[in-house]
Amino acid sequence: MQIAIIRAGTGPGRGRAAGAASVARVKRTYLDAGGRAPLHPAGLAAQAAAFDDGWADPRRLHAEGRRARMLLDAAREVLAEGLACRPEEVHLGPSHTVALQHGLLGIARGRRRAGSSVVLSAVERAALHAGAQLVAERHGSWTRPARPGHDKDEEAPARPGPVPVDRLGRVDVAAWRAAVGLPGVALAVLQHANGEVGTVQPLAAAYDATQSAGVPLLVDAGSSVGHQEIPPAWDAVVADAGDWGAPTPLGVLAVRTRVRMAPDWPEDEDRWFPGGVSVPAALGAAAALRATLADREEADLHRRRLVGRLRDEVAHRVPDVDVVGDPEDRLPHVVTFSCLYVDGEALVTELDRRGFAVGSGSACTSSSLEPSHVLAAMGALTHGNVRVTLPREVPEAEVDRFADELPEAVAQVRRALGVQGL
Amino acid sequence: MIVLDARGLRCPLPVIRLASLARDSSPGDEVLVRWTDPAAEHDIPAWARMRGHTVLETTPPRPLPDDPLPHGAGPDAPAHQASGSTLVRLGDR
Repeated sequence: MQIAIIRAGTGPGRGRAAGAASVARVKRTYLDAGGRAPLHPAGLAAQAAAFDDGWADPRRLHAEGRRARMLLDAAREVLAEGLACRPEEVHLGPSHTVALQHGLLGIARGRRRAGSSVVLSAVERAALHAGAQLVAERHGSWTRPARPGHDKDEEAPARPGPVPVDRLGRVDVAAWRAAVGLPGVALAVLQHANGEVGTVQPLAAAYDATQSAGVPLLVDAGSSVGHQEIPPAWDAVVADAGDWGAPTPLGVLAVRTRVRMAPDWPEDEDRWFPGGVSVPAALGAAAALRATLADREEADLHRRRLVGRLRDEVAHRVPDVDVVGDPEDRLPHVVTFSCLYVDGEALVTELDRRGFAVGSGSACTSSSLEPSHVLAAMGALTHGNVRVTLPREVPEAEVDRFADELPEAVAQVRRALGVQGL
Repeated sequence: MIVLDARGLRCPLPVIRLASLARDSSPGDEVLVRWTDPAAEHDIPAWARMRGHTVLETTPPRPLPDDPLPHGAGPDAPAHQASGSTLVRLGDR
């Protein structure tokens, strides 16, 4: 069998779609960079070079293996610099999701004698909510064995539910402080910023609370590293290389050496991510991060200005729209809004037809039928939702074109649903 | 009180039906919306907030196996789908 790749546009992942002919005729504007940004050229170049020098298995003892090991160590150093931590604290996994899972499960197992509850905000990623549940199931029954004469159910401390957020999506710090202070908490999990709505969390205050309670804090920085400086308010942090334009997805887990952690999976030479990662992928991710951080402030100013303008334009030009997330304390590149009386899938499809790639948290767009738990926790409208995540070098004119076409796209979807004069 | 049966309707239809009913009703009227789509639980309060109505009570979904769907309630609803309800007092907008 032959595998042929036909490339359209100017380069891999540079915002040009290689797809159906009908799509290729329209000018494409990629506004869905969250978690999968257009590939950074510096990362591509480094990864290509690493395929020549670092293809071997870094665990082997011969010259080729040692060369791969050196390159992997160099990548780890660069990533550690980007996260402002030490290289030995950095572990590389195959994806952001796996890095989150292993950080959560590993710390929970290391802390199993302290308890089996995971405190997390209501707006964390679904993988973390599922992980918290798994920890409770795995370690819940035998960490607190019933003593003779005591009913086990009565003895088990109340398990804290997800910590609520306000209308802007910001975690309630008082409720957070109370939750992490409960008995039986293994660890706490909080995002640095919410990738779905852009709101930045009060990380310093949350970390102060977990430190006072003696509970380790795992921070999900998957939507912020590369875009927003992260304060050193964490015991473990997870970053997503795909979010800063690494050529191959990669999860980065950094854990302070003081944190007690134990694998919750079979032992392996690569303790935290059995099997290790591809060395060229690690080099690509590291080079892309370094290049991204080198001109981050400039790129952020550009995008922050466009985001501010787009939020205003959407609010003024689209009737019956709910622009969500904190207007000020937010990621520089995310704009999210929900339109009343609109099917989110229909709106994404209509915008796609007009050349715009956007994301959505509406239930109508997923097979699960469950609406976005983030929007629901904020009390925001879950249907008709659109998430715009600007890539770093998005031209101003394309964002303006989006603002110009959006009102008509929304009106068209509303007409199709027979919504008039509501 | 007006009862709006939106069971079996997928988002955003429950809110659209509610909005058309609100347009033809008077301020102060109370509407009880029954729904099966999980998005309605969140979207009816969001709609009310955006349009100046008040949610008085939300009853989360629970299975009602002996409560068959009415005719014309939509093709998507399984017969025993959990249904919830939301009570709204209409504002003057």
